[in-house]
Amino acid sequence: MDISTKTHDAPPPPPQPRPAPAEQKRAARGATRPGDRIFLGLTRGSGILLLVIMAAIAVFLSYRASLAISKDNGNFLTTFEWVTAGLEPRFGIAVLAVGTVVSSIIAMAIAVPIAVAIALFLTHYAPRRLRGPIAYVIDLLAAVPSIVYGLWGALILVPHMNGLFGWLDDYLGWTGIFAWDEGAPRAMLTVGILLAIMILPIITNVSREVFRQVPQMHEEAALALGATRWEVVRMAVLPFGRSGVISASMLGLGRALGETMAVATVLSPDFDLHASLLNPGGGTFAQNIAAKFSEADEFGRDALIASGLVLFVITLLVNGAARLIIARRKEYSGANA
Amino acid sequence: MAKRIDVSGLTAYYGSHKAIDDISMTVEPRSVTAFIGPSGCGKSTFLRTLNRMHEVTPGGRVEGKVLLDDEDLYGAGVDPVSVRREVGMVFQRPNPFPTMSIFDNVAAGLRLNGNYRKSELNDIVEKSLRGANLWNEVKDRLNKPGSGLSGGQQQRLCIARAIAVEPDVLLMDEPCSALDPISTLAIEDLIGELKERFTIVIVTHNMQQAARVSDRTAFFNLAAVGQPGKLVEIDDTERIFSNPSVQATEDYISGRFG
Repeated sequence: MDISTKTHDAPPPPPQPRPAPAEQKRAARGATRPGDRIFLGLTRGSGILLLVIMAAIAVFLSYRASLAISKDNGNFLTTFEWVTAGLEPRFGIAVLAVGTVVSSIIAMAIAVPIAVAIALFLTHYAPRRLRGPIAYVIDLLAAVPSIVYGLWGALILVPHMNGLFGWLDDYLGWTGIFAWDEGAPRAMLTVGILLAIMILPIITNVSREVFRQVPQMHEEAALALGATRWEVVRMAVLPFGRSGVISASMLGLGRALGETMAVATVLSPDFDLHASLLNPGGGTFAQNIAAKFSEADEFGRDALIASGLVLFVITLLVNGAARLIIARRKEYSGANA
Repeated sequence: MAKRIDVSGLTAYYGSHKAIDDISMTVEPRSVTAFIGPSGCGKSTFLRTLNRMHEVTPGGRVEGKVLLDDEDLYGAGVDPVSVRREVGMVFQRPNPFPTMSIFDNVAAGLRLNGNYRKSELNDIVEKSLRGANLWNEVKDRLNKPGSGLSGGQQQRLCIARAIAVEPDVLLMDEPCSALDPISTLAIEDLIGELKERFTIVIVTHNMQQAARVSDRTAFFNLAAVGQPGKLVEIDDTERIFSNPSVQATEDYISGRFG
């Protein structure tokens, strides 16, 4: 290859006809060499492919869902039933939506503080030689398949919940939320606790990465003002890591919202709303689909797909809300430091 | 309230590596002392031993004595956190807290130290920003993030943050090396004003700067790379730059090495 085509600094070649405007433009963008063009094509193609897949999923879900919803004799949003066989199908997502959101909220409320605490411990408190092993164990926790969590939940966690449920009923039963009729503890709280354990590793790992990236100079600034270790965390680490922790939580929430097997194994579902988190019953989108899909006819599957569409929308809304929270204080985020 | 620093037999390590060896010197209150010397000679390390920041680095440890007036900073039972509240520090790169407003940055140290009423806080923040010659530039945007300021303004914000807690000593680790000449001049003027109230120690690579701002100058050197840094001499700045008593100092200052 001629050397002058390889280097920018090479002296201009002898006079040539002026390049056409389009060529000039392409040269200015820098994508003239084959490697650049291939890479540009690959990255652009990947980006477009992602959008096409998202759109295809949305179209598929909407089309099949509309088939089912148009024949629903109940109200799709408020009916407390899921009957899709026969001539008069009645089904609604109210119970599933509430169950999904409630179990995920419980999971987040338990998992986020613990995950942040573990991440802080690993980055700022634990002795150096313990950090690796502990982080490794947490990674292992993320590698356990969800059906194994489900089995563990059903066989170990559920039988051990009686004590906690009894205690909650004794002291907080008057709130109604923690009332317990002494049934098997295959209830939303158990599901929430199990989900919390399942989403703990991802939130911990992402938070740990974020906390590790807090620039040394911010921590030293706090130290030099006479901050204790906790004050350094509060002044420099947590504010800097805030948006990262929110992103980490959203990853965990995404898993909690969509978790299927673990919920299906632990929960004893029904189609009613229960004020108490301790009494069995309720359901989630994913659990309901897993439980009913294999026995459903084509119409029944369309109905389940309609419920899947709602889950899809809820997930989108949650992610959008998280992005709003992160964007609102962008100029303080530390990204511009 | 400015205090005298008395260092005797100070040696600092990074793990098993000895970074500075057996340094003794006295820093007078209400004066500016400059540390100069080639890279790696341990002047920054030595500076960081004066407010016990050295031991924050993994493996960092110190032997010897640092007396602040009569209190040994490395004495048994002395809390490094309280040492750092008496000995403030300004770093090489401006490091305002990116998540805090200008006001909160200046108030950060105060809020650590105790409860202030809103009006007291306002007064101290204004006084500190005035003290750092920054008040007129930021008084209309105290609630904006500190990271939106220019580099020189950020560094003066960091100085305001450091002096807000009224330390006895102010340590500056190459405070102007990331700044343009005009911002540098502003900081140098400020150092001249601050020495009325504080004991100031400044590390600098810029010998003209040392000559301009300091009353006394300490020259550090190391025998070879990997060897510990040593204090070669400390004397009045005028004397160091005109007629130093050690040949190595003269060689360094006249640009013969380093």
